[in-house]
Amino acid sequence: MELRPELQSGRSATESDGGYAQLAADILSRAKACGATEADVVVADGQTLSVQVRVGVVDRLTKAREKRLGLRVFVGKRSATSSTCDFSRESLERLVAETCTLAKTVVEDPMSGLPEANQMAKDQPDLELYDGTVLSTENQIEWAKRGEAAAFAADERVTNSEGAEFESSSGRVVLANSHGFIGSYNGSSFSLSVAPIASDARTSSMQRGVWYDVQRKFARLASAESIGREAARRAVRRLGARRVATKRVPVVFDQETAGSLLANLCSAVSGYGLYKRASFLLDQLGRTIASDLITVYDDGRMVGGLGSRPFDGEGVATRKNTIVERGVLTSYLLDTYSGKKMGMSSTGNAARSVGESPSVGPTNFYLVPDTKTPEQIISSVKEGLYLTELIGFGINMVTGDYSRGASGFWIENGELAFPVEEITIAGNLKQMLKDIEMVGNDLVFRGRVASPTIKIAEMMVAGN
Amino acid sequence: MTEPIQLAMFGVTETDTRHVLDRLSARGIDYADLYFESRVAESVSMEEGIVKRAAKSISQGVGVRATAGEKTGFAYSDDLTKKDLELAADTARYIADSPKGTRMVPVPIHKRPAHDLYPVERAKVEVATPERVALLNEIDAEARRYDPRIKNVMASFNTEYKVVVVATSEGTLVADVQPLSRLQISCIAEEDGNRQIGSFGGGGRVGFEFYRDQNRHLQYAREAAREAIVNLSAVEAPAGVMPVVLAGGWPGILLHEAIGHGLEADFNRKKTSAFSNLIGKRVASEVCTIVDDGTLPFRRGSLNMDDEGTPTGRTILIEKGILRGYMTDKLNARLMGISLTGNGRRESYQSVVLPRMTNTFMLAGESDPQDIIRSVKRGLYAVSFGGGQVDITNGKFVFSASEAYLIEDGRVTRPVKGATLIGNGPDILKKVSMVGHDLKLDNGIGTCGKDGQSVPVGVGLPTIKVDEITVGGTQQ
Repeated sequence: MELRPELQSGRSATESDGGYAQLAADILSRAKACGATEADVVVADGQTLSVQVRVGVVDRLTKAREKRLGLRVFVGKRSATSSTCDFSRESLERLVAETCTLAKTVVEDPMSGLPEANQMAKDQPDLELYDGTVLSTENQIEWAKRGEAAAFAADERVTNSEGAEFESSSGRVVLANSHGFIGSYNGSSFSLSVAPIASDARTSSMQRGVWYDVQRKFARLASAESIGREAARRAVRRLGARRVATKRVPVVFDQETAGSLLANLCSAVSGYGLYKRASFLLDQLGRTIASDLITVYDDGRMVGGLGSRPFDGEGVATRKNTIVERGVLTSYLLDTYSGKKMGMSSTGNAARSVGESPSVGPTNFYLVPDTKTPEQIISSVKEGLYLTELIGFGINMVTGDYSRGASGFWIENGELAFPVEEITIAGNLKQMLKDIEMVGNDLVFRGRVASPTIKIAEMMVAGN
Repeated sequence: MTEPIQLAMFGVTETDTRHVLDRLSARGIDYADLYFESRVAESVSMEEGIVKRAAKSISQGVGVRATAGEKTGFAYSDDLTKKDLELAADTARYIADSPKGTRMVPVPIHKRPAHDLYPVERAKVEVATPERVALLNEIDAEARRYDPRIKNVMASFNTEYKVVVVATSEGTLVADVQPLSRLQISCIAEEDGNRQIGSFGGGGRVGFEFYRDQNRHLQYAREAAREAIVNLSAVEAPAGVMPVVLAGGWPGILLHEAIGHGLEADFNRKKTSAFSNLIGKRVASEVCTIVDDGTLPFRRGSLNMDDEGTPTGRTILIEKGILRGYMTDKLNARLMGISLTGNGRRESYQSVVLPRMTNTFMLAGESDPQDIIRSVKRGLYAVSFGGGQVDITNGKFVFSASEAYLIEDGRVTRPVKGATLIGNGPDILKKVSMVGHDLKLDNGIGTCGKDGQSVPVGVGLPTIKVDEITVGGTQQ
């Protein structure tokens, strides 16, 4: 329903760990006393200030501080996880004991365990993930107001608004395990999103447009005015959208929708889906899975990256992995467990939301740009779809079958002719990846997964 | 009267709540509340025939909110000392831009929730882990027994036990205990390199015995296995506009997406919904009557009271095709001058209240489900769905079939691959020409997302025929 930038913390070598290192050490020794053979602990805290302005007035102001501790214990080859926000001594002691008891009730899994001690991150480079700028409430309100006002000023057809939201947050992550590893990092983020509504007086129809930016450093954030104007442009250009007849045509995915396609690729190469045989890219390592225009990296140490971090959710050093090279699948995304299941090592992609078992996630996962501008790509299409929005969940990761709600613009003779909506696009991801025949030069990171514009040779568009 | 015993769990007294609410009763503030929440969630999961994961999560905190006109000030904390509460109150009060309150809020009238829809003992929800492990093991065996082509079974069992206390500036202090659980199963079938997935699940505000009653867990296992096996022989889905027959139960997700979200009061107050200004107008065919009902015993979407302490109820959204009402929370009801429906919900103490659905369904009609299928010359019969989504502003919605069949000359024939259906909310129900007498509610698996907040919901539907909707297959 609403586009919300996803955030993850990064690090700063200079920040203190607020006593969490000692807390983690205490928990680890307590776990050992309760019978754990191995364990790891994550402690995270953070604070957020968010203001939402709607039609020029403050609609919502939210302020929060939170903290959470996550514990994973192994009793031999059995394991359990737990989490809490109650840091009182009695409560934590009870939790440690309960978690060890819980581990003893599940079945042994020969593959379970911490990473090997020699895999733990040894260096902790400053990845420029933290900015200590503290913005006042008034300042944030001002930013949101300016963003929304710019959207209203940009076009008289912008008549209403879902609001503008400015959010600043910062936090810290401390991870320790029974190998003696301890690491910590700080992160911050600043974001502004604006969601104006344009209306067509003639048909009384409405369209929403959303635009945003999110950065770890406040100084890098795009101006409120540029975000507001772009949001307005995105709302207004959808007015008068109609359906088109069902037919097979080329489809140009813009940055946002191409990013969503890349996120599907990311899920398909994640270790958990693979060892469960629930991915359409099963047994494809070393084989051609995409057109030779496609090279994909996952880079955990990109400076200032929204998905960057010095170590992953198990303390394993992050790195830059080549996932696809000129169309050939060269690496999966793995944590320790899924790696062992596949007979491989962790790629440093353990994602750990505090309190859950590690799973696999991207760091900064992106498609390497080529040389064509988006305009050149559109102009290569005689008749087709320029896709700007996708809705729904019609993706079967086991088979690759793909069918989603879509809207965008119809391309006629290389130009955008009119907006379209209430249509679907369908195909199979296996074929779609091979059918990418152009890649744009317009890579921009607005999240952990990013792609330039791409063109797929042909897909089924269903309309009327 | 004594205060609800649940308040003591948070180490807080009635005097403390009054103190904070007094602090919030500044000039310009229309309403304030404190929402205390304690939640314990447990899960066990199985794959490859072994129950290899168990997890427990504990959260506790308070959300403090004040509203002034259209403005909401909100703060939350996982610490519950007097100082933390005061700090949160001062943040919430900031939006009214006035000094600390001096007025006294009314002495709380302690209220019990209006209903007692899920009287389940805590011990019946949080059963010992070995019992959960045994349940999952039986599911694995049953799914594999169903067909040797089932190669992997993934199952998880989740429970949550939530205690909430709501103290308001109106002088109510009311508590509720909200158990919830869910069993979810997915099976992977494999044959000659063709791999397919099938899923099924269920649950509600029920105790553990629900899953063993009539071997419900084994029925779920067979259903998940059956769907995976059916999909092994699925052909490409058709593309284009055609009649679609929706089976009863979970396909009610149509209502949730097509009209439900559009009838939540916030979007209509802001006039950002495709349904704004349509009260009293025809938005569906005569055979459609749709309600939102939070009072069905033991249902996943049910609540004894909403998260503002308002009793839940049964709200008629559409009556014989005419739009009758919106679903409200206190803020939007006050600003719009309409009545409270008990739909003010929040994911947790960390989130603000929004108008949300509970159990949303269409009432039974008079058609025989077999006649409905027989009336279609060429179309789609959709039995089960994955998720759905809607763009509130332009009304376009989608929902994606996970088990569907072709209808050819009035008969259900070949299974087809999953496909997304897309339509326009304010129009689609006008195209409903037949409604079956077989109303079914879903099994209790739905989670609705809005503004980043997830809440459990239910849906329901009799078999219905939609004369035309766009089906997003690959075959022309």
